[in-house]
Amino acid sequence: MTNETASPTGGPCDGARVVLEARGVKKCYHLGDTEVHALRGVDLSICDGEMLSLMGPSGSGKSTLMHIIGLLDRPSEGTVAVEGEEVSRMAPNDLAAVRNRRIGFVFQSFNLLARTTALANVELPLVYAGVSGSERSRRARAALERVGLGDRLSHLPNQLSGGQQQRVAIARALVTEPSIVLADEPTGNLDSVSGVEVMEILQQLNEHGITVVIVTHDDIVARHAQRIVRIRDGLIHCDESVTERVMAAGRKDEVLEMSRGSQA
Amino acid sequence: MNLVESLRIALRALNANKVRSALTMLGVIIGVAAVILLVAIGTGVQDEITGSIEGLGSNLIFVFAGNFEEGGGGGGGPGGLSTKQFSIDDAELLQRRLGAEHAVVPVIQGPLSLRVGNRTMRTTVAAGNENAGDVFGGDYLGGRAYRRSEVSASARVIVLGATVRDRLFPNQDPVGETMSVNGQRFTVIGHVAAQGGSLTGDQDNQVYMPITTAQRLIGTTDVGLIAVKAADADDVELLQRRIRQVFTPRFGEEFSVFSQEQTLGIFNQILGTLTFMLAGIAGISLLVGGIGIMNIMLVSVSERTREIGIRKAVGARTYDIMSQFVIEAVMLSVVGGAVGIALGALGASVLTQWVPTEVTAWAVALAFAFSAGVGIFFGVYPAYRASRLDPIEALRYE
Repeated sequence: MTNETASPTGGPCDGARVVLEARGVKKCYHLGDTEVHALRGVDLSICDGEMLSLMGPSGSGKSTLMHIIGLLDRPSEGTVAVEGEEVSRMAPNDLAAVRNRRIGFVFQSFNLLARTTALANVELPLVYAGVSGSERSRRARAALERVGLGDRLSHLPNQLSGGQQQRVAIARALVTEPSIVLADEPTGNLDSVSGVEVMEILQQLNEHGITVVIVTHDDIVARHAQRIVRIRDGLIHCDESVTERVMAAGRKDEVLEMSRGSQA
Repeated sequence: MNLVESLRIALRALNANKVRSALTMLGVIIGVAAVILLVAIGTGVQDEITGSIEGLGSNLIFVFAGNFEEGGGGGGGPGGLSTKQFSIDDAELLQRRLGAEHAVVPVIQGPLSLRVGNRTMRTTVAAGNENAGDVFGGDYLGGRAYRRSEVSASARVIVLGATVRDRLFPNQDPVGETMSVNGQRFTVIGHVAAQGGSLTGDQDNQVYMPITTAQRLIGTTDVGLIAVKAADADDVELLQRRIRQVFTPRFGEEFSVFSQEQTLGIFNQILGTLTFMLAGIAGISLLVGGIGIMNIMLVSVSERTREIGIRKAVGARTYDIMSQFVIEAVMLSVVGGAVGIALGALGASVLTQWVPTEVTAWAVALAFAFSAGVGIFFGVYPAYRASRLDPIEALRYE
């Protein structure tokens, strides 16, 4: 399979396990009579325990790629494997089970269930995993405490700030102890202070061994990861290690000051 | 995910949208209640009327002036102006020809106004000859029926129905009292027990007197109905033939002879049609209620496509989504149906004061099955489509 990108991608993870692997993934949509090629042959390996950013301008296909590797969407061509298991031809219900156990999602628009408490939102994946009521509530509580919302269990989404809602979403993503968390523009709808807090949590998760993939068009957000894969026109344009990684914990004070300055 | 979990999710979803859930149920409630109530009225009226006809005994024959029989054609309508009415003489002729063992009663009815002291009321008189008590029955609480001599003499005597007695002589024995009937002085000779409604309206809001007296009072000699009571139920068919033989030379085809059984059949037919008509009208309201459910379910499902997407993203299977919506729809329809049945039954029991009602099992079953069916069908179909969406399509739904 030929690859037109500047640097080779999809190579072995230097001995680390490959958590997620896409091979020759293409995706085309039919809009009326015209065919839109959102992805035109992408090879990508995501290694266990890494933090990776998928970058690209809007329309580049980065979100489509995330949806495909998150098993929310199917490739038109090519294959996707999760922890070595080929999944792209699985039946919808089997895919649901893989998403449930191995993948956690964080969306730009939070996607919490309205009129449903933070605790119940976080419990949701466990409901579908068949976890019993008391165990479910215990684990959901623990996940909410982990993102600093132990005191907001019975709040409804509309009683929480954007940053808090996104943290509920993160708790929901990690409550099933997935191998990988996929975050699609996780800071896109947040103010800069909340954004930094969310990035800090994602970095903390990564330090505890969870593989994190962030989809973003923001260069600073992308540089919170160790590796950046840039996508342009449905192809991987370059795949590079981050030299000067941004640590959210260190940036907090700076952002706080900036936001105070802009208000003044 | 087990059933209990699906139930909890459905309950939570219904609870989260209280107003919408209540409005959805309202359609079912009104439809089910309307069907049950209207069918109850139809059935109740039918039962009461057929019951009162049956109560007259199976050996009664009614002879009406005018041609009521199907295909009879010609002539005036029932009781119409062009119809030649019977007279008392016709009844006497019939009595002579049929023999004394069979009782013949000419009947006339008409409105009257009554007054006792300063109490007045309007009522209906049913007047016959001395056989009337024997033919139509009636339970005397006090006094007696009018006698043959009183019929021949057009005596001003009157027997009161229960409603009339209670209105004009409250807590008092009326026998022997005098009262004013259309301005003339009458003596009360008896009063009868309450009997409930009948085919001629409220039988208790009625008074009885000799036919000759009534003819003078109302100012007519016309007799619209002659009732014949056969000595034995086996004679009914023979008597019907004899009556036709006697009357055909005088009235041609302008009279009708019905046995009690035939009368019952006619009333049953008319009232059965009425009941189905009422059920049909109520059915339309149930259908409209069903369309309401469909509407709200469709809105609810498309409004919640995003929710379906979220649930699928975190691992809900097709079955989980389906069962959630099926259970929601079932709960709405079942609860709505149950409330509708309760309301319909309550309404029927309140209405019984004015109209006879009877809540029937088939109406309850039909209304309930229909509403549940509509609710489930229109809840499941959109949910089925949504549950098969790719999660990303559902998530992107705006």
